[in-house]
Amino acid sequence: MAVANLLGNLKKSAIAALWLAFLTLPVMVIRVDTVEKTVTWRWMHLAYMLVGSFVLAVAWHFLMDRRDRGAANRDSGGGETQSALSLWLENPSVMRPLMAFGLLVAVAFPWVFSMYQTNILISALIYVVLGLGLNITVGLAGLLDLGYVAFYAVGAYAYALLNHHFQLGFWTVLPLGAILGAFFGILLGFPVLRLRGDYLAIVTLGFGQIVRLVLENWSAFSNGPAGISNISRPGLFGVTYGVDQATTYIYYIMLALVVLTIFVTARLKDSRIGRAWLALREDEIACQAMGIDNTRAKLMAFALGATLASLMGVVFAAKTTYINPASFTFMESAMILAIVVLGGMGSVLGVILGAFLLILLPEYMRAFSEYRMLIFGATMILVMVFRPQGLIRAKRKVYKINTEAA
Amino acid sequence: MEYFLQLFLGGLSRGSIYALIALGYTMVYGIIELINFAHGEIYMIGAFMGLIVAGVLTAMGWPTLSILVIALIIAVLYSAAYGYTVEKIAYKPLRGAPRLAPLISAIGMSILLQNYVMLAQTPDFLPFPRLIPDLEFMGPYANFLATSDLFIIITSISVMVALTMFIKFTRMGKAMRATAQNRKMAMLVGVNVDQVISVTFMVGSGLAAVGGVLIASHIGQINFAIGFLAGIKAFTAAVLGGIGSIPGAVLGGLVLGWTESFAAGYISSDYEDVFAFCLLVLILIFRPAGLLGKQRSQKV
Repeated sequence: MAVANLLGNLKKSAIAALWLAFLTLPVMVIRVDTVEKTVTWRWMHLAYMLVGSFVLAVAWHFLMDRRDRGAANRDSGGGETQSALSLWLENPSVMRPLMAFGLLVAVAFPWVFSMYQTNILISALIYVVLGLGLNITVGLAGLLDLGYVAFYAVGAYAYALLNHHFQLGFWTVLPLGAILGAFFGILLGFPVLRLRGDYLAIVTLGFGQIVRLVLENWSAFSNGPAGISNISRPGLFGVTYGVDQATTYIYYIMLALVVLTIFVTARLKDSRIGRAWLALREDEIACQAMGIDNTRAKLMAFALGATLASLMGVVFAAKTTYINPASFTFMESAMILAIVVLGGMGSVLGVILGAFLLILLPEYMRAFSEYRMLIFGATMILVMVFRPQGLIRAKRKVYKINTEAA
Repeated sequence: MEYFLQLFLGGLSRGSIYALIALGYTMVYGIIELINFAHGEIYMIGAFMGLIVAGVLTAMGWPTLSILVIALIIAVLYSAAYGYTVEKIAYKPLRGAPRLAPLISAIGMSILLQNYVMLAQTPDFLPFPRLIPDLEFMGPYANFLATSDLFIIITSISVMVALTMFIKFTRMGKAMRATAQNRKMAMLVGVNVDQVISVTFMVGSGLAAVGGVLIASHIGQINFAIGFLAGIKAFTAAVLGGIGSIPGAVLGGLVLGWTESFAAGYISSDYEDVFAFCLLVLILIFRPAGLLGKQRSQKV
């Protein structure tokens, strides 16, 4: 039975590999130059494609069988099983020392490793907060926001412009940026309240594009595609730092912001509004029928997500000291979404893990960096098909009735 | 007046391309209620197929007009195959999953296809040969209507008429309409729904490829990222006309084409794309059902 199944899978995989090789043949093999009127044939690519797609197809069928078996188990009353990893991580006696250790490593990091490493870690931390922010809108409240990067741009440009025109410092703009972000979140939130699901996704996508296009074209306001340079690094009560100290300083600011965000989102999840979001995600009408103010819950989700993105924008502008609209494309939104999806929608720990994986892996595997977006795309499909809950399943509060005591 | 006519005809040819792509969105949405995010990428792959075929045939020294016909046919066939495969990989395993799941996998597919073409070909813009020759009798009118514009308009109209015939009069078209109305009932009366969905994806992808080859030859250059903007604009057109409605997609495409053309001509061409997006946002907010769509109340 098992052998027959395996052979069947191998045959199916071979057919799939042939089909994919045929499908990708023109684009992979042929390169034309219409000016010189020459054609280059790259037959090696066909061989790569055949082998690669065969391996992938075998893996696909294997995972598909497993998924179907899992579905059958659940149908027969097996209940949802949690992965060993998440069970182990949720155990407080493991969790607490692990958290303390992580924090210790994080605090010591800039003293042990080079500036280069610290800089990479800062961007990873920025994405952790962005991921957690988007997690509120997408993971908890179930509102798919494809223009999230627009809020990031709002924060970055707020700091850049205020700094450029009025010489306002980092610490003055940080709260201003947060307020501005919340304002834009509500501004977007209001008109789209009535929309649901995919329409919402498209409107937010359009909004993100509008913001980027305005930044690109309204040169008098934003200096167009050339961007804004010479943004000051953060100082402390009039003290200004050199490049190296400033990096360490920004690193600690980021670390504090990450810890704060983790704390806030973890608490929010179990709060009244957090439970309202979960209800909203599961069923909007039922949620309203239970007396939850849908409008308020949605606006809160948008505003909070936008606030975090805007804060990160301010830090980003201060870190790079140079911004232009090219940093705020749709691909950026898609990457943050990939972080949330891969990590596990709704799970704080998952999103953190996702951010580190997706930002640090391409950074340290330079050879793969060309293929980064390709792998992201594939990952998003595979995660949705085989593990929709992400790396770490979001834990839901469960009320257990103790039958033995009664 | 001449300027107006020029903008009007320019908008018409632009709008018919949007309409061709929008048809794919609307047909897929009508049947499985999914925004096929990767549809713009199929259009891009259609344009690349056109480029590759044209490049190979030009190197072999074929005459221009036969190149155009062959490039169109091969682009349509290959794009249909891509549409079929994309559906099998990214959407079919997710039938019955929560609504966000196929949408996210569609975004993943779109990123995957873009980067696949970028890595296999080149990140730069590639020049696309002019496949549509200037006809002599068009000479006096060339000021406001280039031959390629005329060709685009005529091809789009004939393709749309053919599509309408297909949906109205063939067995498969009937099955499509039945599936769009109620998938479960269609299954019960013996419609092979999986097959219908596959055919829908293939037809939509083929239409997008026609648009891709025509516009690439008109503009003269392509790269891996053209599908994103074209896809969003075509989606705007589909929503504008009322998603799920085929005449709506055509009307929406034309309205969008004219809006862009006139806004660029009379206001400023820098904000051409901004107008399209603003139109999208406004339509979705004030009339989500679109111009020709039916306002459906939600059942609990």
